[in-house]
Amino acid sequence: MSQHNTGHEHASGESHGSLKSYVIGFIFSIVLTIIPLVIVMNGLLNKTQTVITIMIMAVLQLIVQLFFFMHIREGEKPRWNVMTLIVGIIIVLTIVGGSIWIMSFNSTVQ
Amino acid sequence: MWENIKDFASTFFVTGDPLIYGADVSIALTSIAIVFVLTYFKKWTWLWREWITTVDHKRIGIMYLIASLLMLFRGGVDALLMRTQLALPNMKFLQADHYNAVFTTHGTIMILFMAMPMMFALFNLVVPLQLGARDVAYPFLNSLSFWLFLMGAMLFNLSFVIGGSPDAGWLSYPPLSELSHSPGVGENFYIWGIQISGIGSLATGINFLVTILKMRAPGMKMMKMPLFSWSVLSSSIIIIFAFPILTVTLALLFLDRFLGAHFFTMDLGGNPMMYVNLIWMWGHPEVYIVVLPAFGIFSEVVATFSKKKIFGYNSMVFSMMLISIVSFFTWAHHFFTMGASANVNVFFAISTMVIGIPTGVKIFNWLFTMFRGRITITQPMLWTLGFIPCFAVGGATGVMLAVAPADYQYHNSYFLIAHFHQVLIGGVVFGYLAGIYYWWPKVFGFKLNDRLGKWAFWLWNIGFYVCFMPQYALGFMGMTRRLYTYGSDTGWDLGWAPLNLISTVGAFLMGLGFIFQVWQISYSIRKGERDLTGDPWGGRTLEWSIPSPAPMYNFAVEPQVTTDDAWWKVKEDRAKGIKPAPVKYEPIHMPKNSAIPFVMSVCWFIAGFGFVFDWMWMAIPGLIGVAICLLARSFSYDTDYYIPVDEIERTEAALRGRTV
Ligand code: HEM
Ligand SMILES: [Cu+2]
Repeated sequence: MSQHNTGHEHASGESHGSLKSYVIGFIFSIVLTIIPLVIVMNGLLNKTQTVITIMIMAVLQLIVQLFFFMHIREGEKPRWNVMTLIVGIIIVLTIVGGSIWIMSFNSTVQ
Repeated sequence: MWENIKDFASTFFVTGDPLIYGADVSIALTSIAIVFVLTYFKKWTWLWREWITTVDHKRIGIMYLIASLLMLFRGGVDALLMRTQLALPNMKFLQADHYNAVFTTHGTIMILFMAMPMMFALFNLVVPLQLGARDVAYPFLNSLSFWLFLMGAMLFNLSFVIGGSPDAGWLSYPPLSELSHSPGVGENFYIWGIQISGIGSLATGINFLVTILKMRAPGMKMMKMPLFSWSVLSSSIIIIFAFPILTVTLALLFLDRFLGAHFFTMDLGGNPMMYVNLIWMWGHPEVYIVVLPAFGIFSEVVATFSKKKIFGYNSMVFSMMLISIVSFFTWAHHFFTMGASANVNVFFAISTMVIGIPTGVKIFNWLFTMFRGRITITQPMLWTLGFIPCFAVGGATGVMLAVAPADYQYHNSYFLIAHFHQVLIGGVVFGYLAGIYYWWPKVFGFKLNDRLGKWAFWLWNIGFYVCFMPQYALGFMGMTRRLYTYGSDTGWDLGWAPLNLISTVGAFLMGLGFIFQVWQISYSIRKGERDLTGDPWGGRTLEWSIPSPAPMYNFAVEPQVTTDDAWWKVKEDRAKGIKPAPVKYEPIHMPKNSAIPFVMSVCWFIAGFGFVFDWMWMAIPGLIGVAICLLARSFSYDTDYYIPVDEIERTEAALRGRTV
């Protein structure tokens, strides 16, 4: 920070998104949070349907966060963004897939 | 009324144990002494201006170092208490529940509040200087990380005298850690202490990742970067991906305890095994987080004291990056016995063995660097030489544990205890100590006394083997971990007692080693050899090109890098008579100090304490305080300033006048 720029001025002069994009992102993320809440509180769907809906909402939420708040498209060279995103996805898949695989013994034992 | 107060006090404060009363008294006396000294010498404003509000990575590093040494002391005392209890059969030194609390706090403190901050100390003290940078990428965040860590650690340590210590093991497995089995506040202290300091750890990981990617001196390509900085990069990558898993897992446990959720309970669809699975997804990468920087340190030390370029730079970089990714694929080796399918165990056994390959490559690289080098045995080199055989044996027993069917024998026995202490002490602690001895003159401007240091080294090194080698045998003889006592039948007839006694002697030798180090530091502060050159060891990397201690802005002029071992090149050029380009100073852009990190962390502490006791009247104001601090930071624009050229000239003239 002390050498190249402060937190506010960027060398390439790109902006940090507009008010409009922040508001849209905010509305999206609120809606995506309310949908599962309503479904669960009112018991609208059966168990599998509920779980699947929640998971879809979670993935959409992730995308909204990345694009509207984390500015995944910005930066002089988005290479680092993409690289970290790929590693992140690999780790997430490992966590989810690995847990399912490891914990599936539970269904064989019971 | 009086009755109520007495009632409250007797549950709020931990009572009944003379050891704890002793601790109460010593804590009170130390606090009074500190307040007295600060007031008497009128140091309060100094403390506030120069330390508490500082955003200078060098000062933050020193604060991390002091905190981690204090925690090493606390964790070490815990260890000696346990070893005393186990020295002979049927000892009555610690009760069962007290022993449980002691191994829990020992493990948690050693890993999260000793190893992590000691590592962050080295990150802060060294990385910006090695990169030729003037600070880290986010100095404000850096200060926030430190204070969050310290408040988390304080909260955790407070449980010792207030409310009661956690006692469900250093990873707090449910169902034992659930409300049903641990109704006290100890587990809450565990959760909140780790959560608060965990925010700081994650932020530090991000900070150093960005610093390394973005703040290198002009010309320093990634593949010209010193290996310690590479190790910090790989460690930071693991921090960024592993710490969120810990945060989520502990948050779920908190929801179980606080709101009656059932993620990890035995009933209503909960599954405690899921916790074990999740926590090790952080826990295994965590051991690589702490050991990779130690590898980086050894690489610097070996190259400097063999007067050679490191052997196999590219393979060093490649193996560290490989380890940082593969470390995410081995976690299930911590619960081979859980009963997952054979395929699961096979996969994780093999992945665990695979990670030994890059580690072995590194060991050979260090050996080849030393081969035909001009070796000087200094203190950092001693610790490095102590490390290599120790880590090799620790790695070999690790591969033994990785053989899944055999692990059914070793699991949770003293064999395991001996194995992980061998890699944690022989790898991590020896590594960080090597780093501390190596960079100490750069940080403080004087060397640490050699003779006392050699005593400390040999006591630690011999003490280590005396303490832990018998434990491998004890494991085979059936002694399980977390055992608070054993009878004279197993003690004498099965032969546990002599081995345990030897092990305890070893532990005390290491304690003696630590005392020598305290002596060494306090002696060297007064009489240590001053470092007037800035380059006391004949270093190769940029941190040795500036005076010790470094001026506040580190580099008066940005260094221009053309090769790896940048400082070595400059020295070679000078020897050949090539004149360095004339320097021209420019105003230096610096971040301003800020009180927000400290205040915000105190607010977190208050919130955490409120959650521990389920006192919402305390937790909510604490969180509001946190929010206010965030807002205050968002609206503060006056965050930086310039150091004018004439001030740089004056500082440099004074420093160089002394050095050249
Ligand atoms: C200084 C010398 C040390 C000694 C003498 C020592 C001794 C011990 C002992 C006696 C136990 C309890 C074994 C049991 O009853 O199950 C233990 C557990 C443990 N130690 Fe150490 N230790 C030392 C250093 C360290 C260091 C440096 C670390 C980490 C960086 C560490 C991490 C742990 C952990 C994670 C546990 C497991 C706690 C648990 O069972 O929940 N120890 N140690
Ligand atoms: Cu592991």
